[in-house]
Amino acid sequence: MPDLFDKFQPLIDQYEGLMASGMRDPFHLKMEKILSPTRAVVDGREIILVGTYNYMGMTFDPDVIAAGQKALEEFGSGTTGSRVLNGTYQGHAECEAALRDFYDMDHAMVFSTGYQANLGLMSAMAGRGEYIVLDADSHASIYDGCAMGNADIVRFKHNSVEDLAKRLKRIPEDAGKLVVLEGVYSMVGDIAPLKEMVAVAKEAGAMVVVDEAHAMGFFGENGRGVFEAAGVEDQVDFVVGTFSKSVGTVGGFVVSNHPKFDVLRFVCRPYVYTASLPPAVVACAATSIRKLMHAHDKRAHLWAASRKMHAELRAAGFTLGTAEAESAIIAVKMPDQERSAKMWAALIDEGVYVNMVPPQATPGLHLLRCSLCAEHSDAEVDEIIARFKRAAAAAGLPLST
Amino acid sequence: MSLSKDTVLPRLIEIIEPFNKKGIALSADTSFARDLELDSLTVMDLVAEIEDEYDIILPVNMLPDLETIGDVAGAVAEIKNK
Repeated sequence: MPDLFDKFQPLIDQYEGLMASGMRDPFHLKMEKILSPTRAVVDGREIILVGTYNYMGMTFDPDVIAAGQKALEEFGSGTTGSRVLNGTYQGHAECEAALRDFYDMDHAMVFSTGYQANLGLMSAMAGRGEYIVLDADSHASIYDGCAMGNADIVRFKHNSVEDLAKRLKRIPEDAGKLVVLEGVYSMVGDIAPLKEMVAVAKEAGAMVVVDEAHAMGFFGENGRGVFEAAGVEDQVDFVVGTFSKSVGTVGGFVVSNHPKFDVLRFVCRPYVYTASLPPAVVACAATSIRKLMHAHDKRAHLWAASRKMHAELRAAGFTLGTAEAESAIIAVKMPDQERSAKMWAALIDEGVYVNMVPPQATPGLHLLRCSLCAEHSDAEVDEIIARFKRAAAAAGLPLST
Repeated sequence: MSLSKDTVLPRLIEIIEPFNKKGIALSADTSFARDLELDSLTVMDLVAEIEDEYDIILPVNMLPDLETIGDVAGAVAEIKNK
């Protein structure tokens, strides 16, 4: 009898090979305690967290915790139902109101995860005979949403305005088109040239969605994202986002000014056919979003910490994914998988957690991805840099000086 | 000018030749995955070259159905003649 698991054997072999070399397992790390947005306990030792999406450090905010506790007590542990049946509580409505205020837009729709927000929007917005035009480096949730729908999918070269324009010109003029962009691309931490791209998309008569998952909270005057910083707020048709990064809990959303937006509540299957977020989660999210509107000091500190980290890692001779700090993500390039795993383990031994990005996510690249938090103090950043240098020596990683 | 699968094929093979790292003989029956063993990044570059040559779009969702060079030649002719 054929074993359906046989097709995974190469992956199993690869993983077992890595483990047989005595390497610490990067994919099954357990955080035993979380002490703060920047500190955790692993194997009984305290480590500095430099690989979370907790950009604005909201997970232990006292107001956020209090709102969650109150909702947990008053509304219970879960909704046990879909948003379109019994799963829309007062808290979900308040969370959508917070999003409308945060983005200054007419409509907001909360999904149970950011992944589902993209899955729902991509699969519902473009149908047969219509086109989705996406950046080649788009997040898996965007690709999966495209695969779920019936539109024709067209890719353009990552961040290439010229390639986007060329591809848009080849699409029939009268066909519906959705151009999908991301503010910050999360693997390398580079940002999209949104001003130019949105102009090209609009000239071709396309609707535009920008995923601001890794930008919400600290790009633009109001922390709305790269599209705000780029001054194209009135040109973007949909903004997709998540609660699992700067907001500090879990959930996803789409905001828009389109007058017919609310019909999406009936046609997005990942919105309809899943349970809504628990009351405590939407209460935490709404409180966090409203606090992020005014988090100017945190924003400024996050940018300062990100720039400092980038400049000092570069000065120490590490090879980085971007020439300057374009976001709060600093990607350190490793020469190969083996040294990537060694360096990652050496960092854990030094008491620093970063993400080891599996090569499947970034073909041709081996990355150790750092992301900064507004709660990282200047002294903590200095400590992280010192530990990086010691880990590189321990792992035998050559630095260019 | 109307294109057919057979008229597209010779030029298509010329475009694919630089991607033929294994140096195998290319024909209409050559499979991209099995014979050429192209990875996903290479496929993207190749698709872009074919699109530029014929000034067309080969949608990503169509690619799983295009197993051989002959399949692509047929698809190019069909799209071009639409």
